[in-house]
Amino acid sequence: METALAVLVGLFVSVAIYLLLSRALIRMLLGLVILGNGVNLLIFTAGRLASATPPIVPAGLSAPAGPTANPLPQALILTAIVIGFAMFAFLLVLAMQAYRTLGAERSDQLRLAEPEPPPQPPLSY
Amino acid sequence: MRPLAPSLDVSIALIAIAPFLAACLAPLVQRFAGFYAGWILAIVPASIFIYLLSFVVPVSAGHSVLASLDWVPDYGLKLSFLVDGLSLVFALAISGIGTLIVIYSGAYLKGHPHQGRFFAFMLMFMGAMLGLVLADSSLVLYGFWELTTVTSFLLIGFDHTRQVARRAAIQALVVTTIGGFALLLAAILLQQATGVWELAAVPPLVGGAGVQAIYPVLLPLVLLAAFTKSAQVPFHFWLPNAMEAPTPVSAFLHSATMVQGGVYLLARMSPVLGNTPAWQVALTVFGGVTLLWGGIAALKQTDLKQMLAQTTIASLGLLVMLLGIGTQTAIIAALVYFVAHALYKATLFMVAGAIDHETGVRDITALGGLREKMAASFIATFFAAIAMIGLPPTLGYLAKEEMYAPLVSGALANIVLLLVLIAGNGVLAAIALALMIKPFMGPLPSLPKTPHEGSFGLIAGPVILAVAGLAAGLMAGLFGDLLLAPAASAVAYQPVQNHLALSADPRSPLFWLSMVTWVVGLAIYFQLDRLRTLLRRVDAIVGWSFDKAFDAAMFALIRLSAGVTRSWHHGRLELYLFVVFVMLALAICGPLLALGGQPPLPAFPTLNLAEWGTLGLAVIGVVTVLVAPTRIFAILALGVQGLAVALIFLLQGAPDLSFTQFMVEIVSVAILALVMTQLDLDHGDPRDFEGRLRDGILAVVCGGGLTVLLLAVLANPFDPRLSDFFSKNSAALAHGRNIVNVILVDFRGLDTLGEISVVMAAGIAVLALLRKRKSAAQADATPDAKAGKA
Repeated sequence: METALAVLVGLFVSVAIYLLLSRALIRMLLGLVILGNGVNLLIFTAGRLASATPPIVPAGLSAPAGPTANPLPQALILTAIVIGFAMFAFLLVLAMQAYRTLGAERSDQLRLAEPEPPPQPPLSY
Repeated sequence: MRPLAPSLDVSIALIAIAPFLAACLAPLVQRFAGFYAGWILAIVPASIFIYLLSFVVPVSAGHSVLASLDWVPDYGLKLSFLVDGLSLVFALAISGIGTLIVIYSGAYLKGHPHQGRFFAFMLMFMGAMLGLVLADSSLVLYGFWELTTVTSFLLIGFDHTRQVARRAAIQALVVTTIGGFALLLAAILLQQATGVWELAAVPPLVGGAGVQAIYPVLLPLVLLAAFTKSAQVPFHFWLPNAMEAPTPVSAFLHSATMVQGGVYLLARMSPVLGNTPAWQVALTVFGGVTLLWGGIAALKQTDLKQMLAQTTIASLGLLVMLLGIGTQTAIIAALVYFVAHALYKATLFMVAGAIDHETGVRDITALGGLREKMAASFIATFFAAIAMIGLPPTLGYLAKEEMYAPLVSGALANIVLLLVLIAGNGVLAAIALALMIKPFMGPLPSLPKTPHEGSFGLIAGPVILAVAGLAAGLMAGLFGDLLLAPAASAVAYQPVQNHLALSADPRSPLFWLSMVTWVVGLAIYFQLDRLRTLLRRVDAIVGWSFDKAFDAAMFALIRLSAGVTRSWHHGRLELYLFVVFVMLALAICGPLLALGGQPPLPAFPTLNLAEWGTLGLAVIGVVTVLVAPTRIFAILALGVQGLAVALIFLLQGAPDLSFTQFMVEIVSVAILALVMTQLDLDHGDPRDFEGRLRDGILAVVCGGGLTVLLLAVLANPFDPRLSDFFSKNSAALAHGRNIVNVILVDFRGLDTLGEISVVMAAGIAVLALLRKRKSAAQADATPDAKAGKA
């Protein structure tokens, strides 16, 4: 399963990067979500898939009886999922506003701060 | 004169520091004392002058005074100061003329809204200049050197609302900072070669191999520093522009201070670098060219201040030339000329300022007949001008005799130098005649203001300095014994006997050389108008100047930096991302390829049906996002891959992750779908085929590289220590059974707090963005509503 997940991570990241480079705001958003999932799976797989038992200490014991899944990457990923969602929400609203105020649906149309042609530097004292 | 060990006296460090302290108080003094501020503040340089006078007798007896304060003891850096003959002459000129300039400023800028600031800048500059000439450590010298640059920038640009003043200030700053950098390099090089920072300790080490090895680098660096500061061709153009400063600044900067910094440096380095063919050729050639260049430029001018500025360039060239000749007589000539020039140039500048102040005119062709209206100014100008012409019994006369003396021989080089000197001195004499005669003689033309003598503060300085020039000439023997001989000894690094005496011996060739000079001066004076017209016509034909070249260079620099900035900071998101992912590809694949460690080809995975199902679902979801024909299709496919990831978590013993992932995925898809129904965003891929191919290759390299990297990681044994710690201690230490939750809220609780803060910040940002839309929408709607009602 680890090998299969490693390949899946590569697929996720490839698709995500391809979408992020596409310049269409909506495809970039989708790419960002997929990139988040890909990286989460990367961390998860790097922590090894030793056991399918959830890392929970049974009642009455001070430590899990047998081997469990690795709890550390899980804790990291839980944080990452939530932050990824917050970022997704923010970028979604940002893209929405960019579209509403600037009429831009592609990243190369977002030129408000860098007008074309670029302004000349001040040539005086 | 060196054999006597220097005596220690820390108080000389105070000489350089006191003006800075006074500068801090200057605005306050100006506010409370008003008109008398100049007189009160002049007490500081006056006391410095008097204190310095107390060193004259011991220094003339061969003593020098050293002060040394620990600065960075670990590196052997000291704030060290030295009073010897050379620094004493310069420090006396700076503080003496500085005293009169401060008084003059009080009258000249009377009622100026920023007079307090002006005093502060002026005193800071004076402190920097005193520090420069008193510094012993080359690093301290460099520090004060840069301080003079910065403070002169403030003084030249004092009238900062005018563009010409700003340009002049920037020009002076840029040109002299280039030299400052060269000086820093030179100071470090010299220390590396000799092991000492103190310049006084260097001359005995000059013969060593270290100094000899760096000499070809050291000499150009020192010359660059000195030539930029002392306005030698081709770095001369900043000096006339610096005339944009108020006249007291011009009088101070161009007589005894700023521009003499370079001359001082050359004199100070003379025992270290001097007496080599390279030194002699470089200094005499640059100095000679500058002398002639400044003289010719002075002939073109009609503005009083511009004429004086150009003659300052000529005089600086003359001084550099004399230091280049480097014989004892030439060194004495340079020092006499420095003092004579400082006295007459400050006088003439101050008178020019007074004429401008009282008549409103500075053009020599529009002035005349002021001799009775401004009698005191006329007398001061008269004495200053005869010093500039070099008539006896002034110091200028002595200086001229001395500078001709070492060249009276048949050698061709000496004859050339002599001709250059006579031509230069002739031009200076002609300009002096013009300055003395044109504004004061003849009928009184109509002027913007009714001319009358300046206030006491305006005429005190010029009169005192002009008389001082005369007195020093009359007492040449005493003056030479007390000040010049010790200074010349410091420059020549061997005892120099004073032989100055006022005499006019018709049998001596010097007498006849002086006569020739005066005749040349008179001839030029009578042809002044014709020469000016001719020279201006030549200028118009050339149509190019160093000044214009400076602008071109500056603007080219600005354009270049703008171009570089734009090429890296272009604001194109797609390019930034492309660069980021190229770097990612390099970071992943580079080490894998370079350092080895590629994993063995893994066996084909054996999985059960549920696992194959979830993997397949993920692949289908992701690929569908890529190829979906419509937005909604893509959004739903995004949901599918998210759910597949959630299922993978569930199957691999991570129920918490799974639940969170389910929830986030559902909410994301719902929001995205809702928003997209509101917007008409184009889902299509705008790239052309080449763009897709390029991005696709980059994406596959990144993704594939990550897969290989992960496989390489998986091929290595797992280090379970950290995970085991959490598993063992979760219940024991934190009393929680769900280990993942315990890590989040207990072991790594602060991380989680940070995470919550990020989510909150994102929420606030979302809210702000949405509100902005609402208010903008309302603003749009209101006029429509009003229009509807109407």
